[in-house]
Amino acid sequence: MPDISAEQVRHLADLARIDLSDDELTSLTAELAQIVDSVAKVSEVATPDVPATSHPIPMTNVFRDDAVVPGLSVEQALSGAPEREGDFFRVAPILGEEA
Amino acid sequence: MAKAELMDYERAIELFEPVLGFEVHVELNTKTKMFCGCANEFGSGANTNTCPTCLGLPGGLPQVNHQAVESSIRLGLALGCGIAESSRFARKNYFYPDTSKNFQTSQYDEPIAHDGEVTVELESGRRVTVLIERAHMEEDAGKLTHLGTTGRIQGAEYSLVDYNRGGVPLVEIVTRMIEGAEADAPEVGKAYVAHIRELVKALGVSNARMEEGNVRCDANVSLRPRGSNVLGTRTETKNVNSLRSVERAVRYEIQRQAAILDAGGTITQETRHWHEDTGTTSAGRPKSDADDYRYFPEPDLVPVAPSREWVEELRATLPEPPAERRARLREAWGFTALEFQDVANGDLLDAVEATVAEGASPAAARKWWTGEISRVANARGATAGELVSPKHVSELVALVENGDLTDRLARQVLEGVIDGEGSPSQVVEARGLKVVSDDGALIAAIDEALAAQPDVLQKIRDGKVQAAGAVIGAVMKAMRGQADAARVRELVLERAAQ
Ligand SMILES: [Zn+2]
Repeated sequence: MPDISAEQVRHLADLARIDLSDDELTSLTAELAQIVDSVAKVSEVATPDVPATSHPIPMTNVFRDDAVVPGLSVEQALSGAPEREGDFFRVAPILGEEA
Repeated sequence: MAKAELMDYERAIELFEPVLGFEVHVELNTKTKMFCGCANEFGSGANTNTCPTCLGLPGGLPQVNHQAVESSIRLGLALGCGIAESSRFARKNYFYPDTSKNFQTSQYDEPIAHDGEVTVELESGRRVTVLIERAHMEEDAGKLTHLGTTGRIQGAEYSLVDYNRGGVPLVEIVTRMIEGAEADAPEVGKAYVAHIRELVKALGVSNARMEEGNVRCDANVSLRPRGSNVLGTRTETKNVNSLRSVERAVRYEIQRQAAILDAGGTITQETRHWHEDTGTTSAGRPKSDADDYRYFPEPDLVPVAPSREWVEELRATLPEPPAERRARLREAWGFTALEFQDVANGDLLDAVEATVAEGASPAAARKWWTGEISRVANARGATAGELVSPKHVSELVALVENGDLTDRLARQVLEGVIDGEGSPSQVVEARGLKVVSDDGALIAAIDEALAAQPDVLQKIRDGKVQAAGAVIGAVMKAMRGQADAARVRELVLERAAQ
């Protein structure tokens, strides 16, 4: 299992737009390495003849009918918005990533 | 923004071979979103169609829309693709306010459809085969409105988010590299997107309105120097949302990249934004860390494993391929290329076909749909097909052909039909618009008009037949237009001779 480097954690934090202090970076790097080690134990029992799976239960084709179900009211939807304007969520612009 | 240098297009093609690739996103017209029961509607009030699942709130649990899977499989089949025995969803992680989930549910290593091909025909008659790498299911993102001085993100002070579109089902169709298009490259792009649009419309899986974003195109362009077999660096121009823009954007990128390469520069691998107003592209973000999406299988959804029986059932529902249908209809209707183009470009094939099926002649059906009905539709900002039914148009055509209505009266009747006053015969009845075909009534009016204009009568008698126009005009006015002008003319000449 490859070690987790501080550089990798910094990169992940950048992707997730999380600003980390140097102290946080050091402690998170150690914690993440531990987590990865624990998860890696699974590999010990997963021999090449065990197919990769993303689900514990072998199940396929679980579908929903195409019928409208009432959702949230505008007020409910916006109740957790850090900022709103009219019925919109209001957010800071993120430069360089025009969608 | 510095204006980019552009090389003359012909020169660019002499020096470089353009290599293309397209990613087309098709919004499906299901009633609900891809993974939740929120309505899939365009134009509702902001944030009125959301729930914990599409907002990514705690407790939300996605469930796959059966209809969306069915539409995706049919689209895959129509693209000539194989349908995967087992297909799964994946999370595409990114952090941007157009999704509040912080990931887009998409497909990565196991798309629903793979390896197809479509053949598009250019105006010159040249046919180009475009290979399809894959078509996968995913969800749309919310809509951002950037507020500030420019309306673009550069200079925006803040952005507003509407999540109604977040979670709407999409199929993303990815082509393989398209080589050999040569100078036709821009037209190949346009014809390919037009083909997809026509296909999804014929399948009925999307509203296919590009102006509403139902079909959106990202165009990849790179240039390979003549004599080299090394691919150039590509750019990806995002959200090119009209057929004409696809053509313009590809042409622009070829000219821009050629100028840079010819001057010894290098192309940056990046996404570029298309600006409809100026017909130019500008640099977006470079392809780099931001494309590190850390895909992983979606743990909340189980695989989609379409049985072969289901796939074959769906294959049996595929409509006639649009290109074959066009060839068949043109032949059957006996239109010239130009006449047929008029109908096809106006999206009126269905309307004309249905009107002919109701008994109208193809020529008359074409004349009404591309003429008066389209004109009224334009004036009212509607589409022709929603104004009037083919049955009513056919009835109108019959009334004209039987001599019950003149063209002018028929246009008034059409207006009544469009305004919901009933069928053409009902409008004729209610508005009293029938042609006066009673010669007695016409003769009385003619005699009166001739008596009122003795000088005209004399001229006609002297052989100046064109002078009859003044009398015909007076009679038509007296009949409030409800007479057949040709018949009136005949009768005027008859009466004048007596
Ligand atoms: Zn929802």
